[in-house]
Amino acid sequence: MPRNLQYKIIFILCVIGAAVYYLIPSFQTYSKKMDFYEASGQKILRLGLDLQGGVRLLLEVETDKVPAEDRKDIVDRALEIIRNRIDQFGVSEPLIVRQGEKWIVVQLPGIKDPQKAIDIVGRTALLEFRIVDEKAAGAETVPEGSVSLERKSGGSIIVQSSAALTGAALKNARVEIGGAYNLPYLSLEFTKEGAADFAAITGANINRQLAIVLDNVVQSAPVIRSRIPDGKAIIEGMFSMEEAKYLAIVLRAGALPAPVKIIENRTIGPSLGSDSIKKGTLAAVIGFFAVCIFMLIYYKKAGMLADIALLMNFLIIAAVMVLAGATLTLPGIAGLVLTIGMAVDANVLIFSRIREEIADGKTPLVAIDSGYEKAFSTILDANITTLIAAAFLFQFGSGPIKGFAVTLSLGIMASMFTAIFVTHTLWDAILFGKTIEKVSI
Amino acid sequence: MSLKKDINFIGMRNSAFAVSALLMIFAAISLISGIKWGIDFTGGTVAQLKFEKPADISALRKIFSEYKPVIQEYPGAKTFILKFSQSDEMENLSAAIVEKLKEAYPDNKAEIERFEMVGPVVGDFLKNAAAYAFGGALLGIILYVALRFKGSMWGIAAVAAIIHDVLITFGILVAFGTSVDLIVVTSLLFIAGYSVNDTIVIYDRIRENLRKAQRQETSAIFNSSITQTLSRTLITSLTTVMVVVCLLVFGGEIIHNFAQSLLIGIVVGTYSSVFIASPIVYLKLKK
Repeated sequence: MPRNLQYKIIFILCVIGAAVYYLIPSFQTYSKKMDFYEASGQKILRLGLDLQGGVRLLLEVETDKVPAEDRKDIVDRALEIIRNRIDQFGVSEPLIVRQGEKWIVVQLPGIKDPQKAIDIVGRTALLEFRIVDEKAAGAETVPEGSVSLERKSGGSIIVQSSAALTGAALKNARVEIGGAYNLPYLSLEFTKEGAADFAAITGANINRQLAIVLDNVVQSAPVIRSRIPDGKAIIEGMFSMEEAKYLAIVLRAGALPAPVKIIENRTIGPSLGSDSIKKGTLAAVIGFFAVCIFMLIYYKKAGMLADIALLMNFLIIAAVMVLAGATLTLPGIAGLVLTIGMAVDANVLIFSRIREEIADGKTPLVAIDSGYEKAFSTILDANITTLIAAAFLFQFGSGPIKGFAVTLSLGIMASMFTAIFVTHTLWDAILFGKTIEKVSI
Repeated sequence: MSLKKDINFIGMRNSAFAVSALLMIFAAISLISGIKWGIDFTGGTVAQLKFEKPADISALRKIFSEYKPVIQEYPGAKTFILKFSQSDEMENLSAAIVEKLKEAYPDNKAEIERFEMVGPVVGDFLKNAAAYAFGGALLGIILYVALRFKGSMWGIAAVAAIIHDVLITFGILVAFGTSVDLIVVTSLLFIAGYSVNDTIVIYDRIRENLRKAQRQETSAIFNSSITQTLSRTLITSLTTVMVVVCLLVFGGEIIHNFAQSLLIGIVVGTYSSVFIASPIVYLKLKK
């Protein structure tokens, strides 16, 4: 066997070996059905939210609701705070990225309780301490410099319109249980400067009420009995344990610099996700075997080469996706299934050409070589247009659609390699040293 | 499937043009009489509920009467799809649905399997993005074909075939009452790429044969080129149709529309590359 051919075969075996090597961790992870975040740091095939379940939110930072001078970097600051909150909430592999001018994409895979996640992400959590304007109580109109705020327990209360202190001065917030009714309450601890300010405010307003305002709702308005020097305060309200817990999270992570609005929410439950995996895989497997059998019947032994190429195609697509950290989505599986049909196209083009060359009276070996040669530019042309469409799809699509563009373009590129290089090498290897009159095609 | 005698495709061009014209008129009418856009583009909310035990659709209508959703029932009466139109309460809708279900079905646990809310701003954004992607992809393919075939008529004919395929597929889908969402637009873009794929293979062969044979009639060259590539055209379409049918039958509800659109597009695309794209080039060349 010529050197050249030996090198080619070794190269093909290396590609297969490398692909299998990179796929083993994914295979182990998914076949054991274990939570894949626990996989030991190895790269494995990531599944999209539509397959593993989860929440995708698009948030709009309502910058127009804050004064113009405060708008600098406001979206980035909001993003950081949302990231902190999600980290504290404990979501594995969240994705939080900015999109466009004032949008933030938040992806939370594998979330069990989407509603709570939404609450945590979207909560403004603007904590303020305001002195109650007791003189205005019962007055007809709210005086200048004061505002009327809703009370959590019902009714409203008039407080000064500027905050004496905000949640920015907060160092920590914890849930504790106790008090007269053994209910959960929040215990707050201020930073050093915050504590000094708090001491000054409480010292100057003894016997007045201090309203604790969260997102413009007065949680409680205790009377200041004495100056509080140690920077500690509590928020009592009618919290459930759950509510107290997530309030503590959002308070610790900080208030959002501007309110955020959920403008898109796509939530997929885990059961629907695994259902999609099952159905997509079934379609892929049946499609694969149907095409393989068809190729065997129609092209006989040559069809077997095409089938080997097809199998290798799958390995390469999956391995490249693992290496590149690409995400497999349901439309991605559909793209994979489509590439089964399309990947054989290159071989069909070549085999048809070879048959023609044989019909023209060429010997098998010559026919094979010229078949590959003549089909090459056609294969390239035909695939590039599909790649152009895929590139624009990738550009425009959100998660699932991007997944389609990824598997489709990887499939096309892999098929050019397997159909042109691999099957040609296999022909050469099979036919080497033989003088044959007929070829099974 | 190697054919000894060439099929007279060029001779059939007038009947083919007539068939295509009819199909395109049909598609245009279907598109003009109203496209059912999905929530991706209009904004709105879709919730897919799954009950443990069968539930009654009219009871569900009553429970959610204040939101007036369109409710669709799956066989087995355990899965329902609720479509809510755009409203101010959208942000809290999922919480409200959970509350109402708990209240109305204390002993039939219901789960929200899928919840998709798209705000109006996002709908507009996606509409624009889809339009740009479509325009960009078409332009890219046209440019490539024009560059590659250094002669505008090849490119124009290929583009005519693309528009033909996408328009007819779109028209048939809309006539079926398919709601047009992101995944349907994706399938149409794919069809644009796929359509030109077949066309190019035939073009390549026509050019090759045009170079080889100088004295033959142009129509004979076209016919023999299409005939020579016919087995490949049919086999590739067949294998692709095979896998798309697998998607349609086994792939589940979420990609049903996608697979359906692909199936129509591939059939139309195969037809157009044989009967439309090449005859147009022929007409231009003959002049």
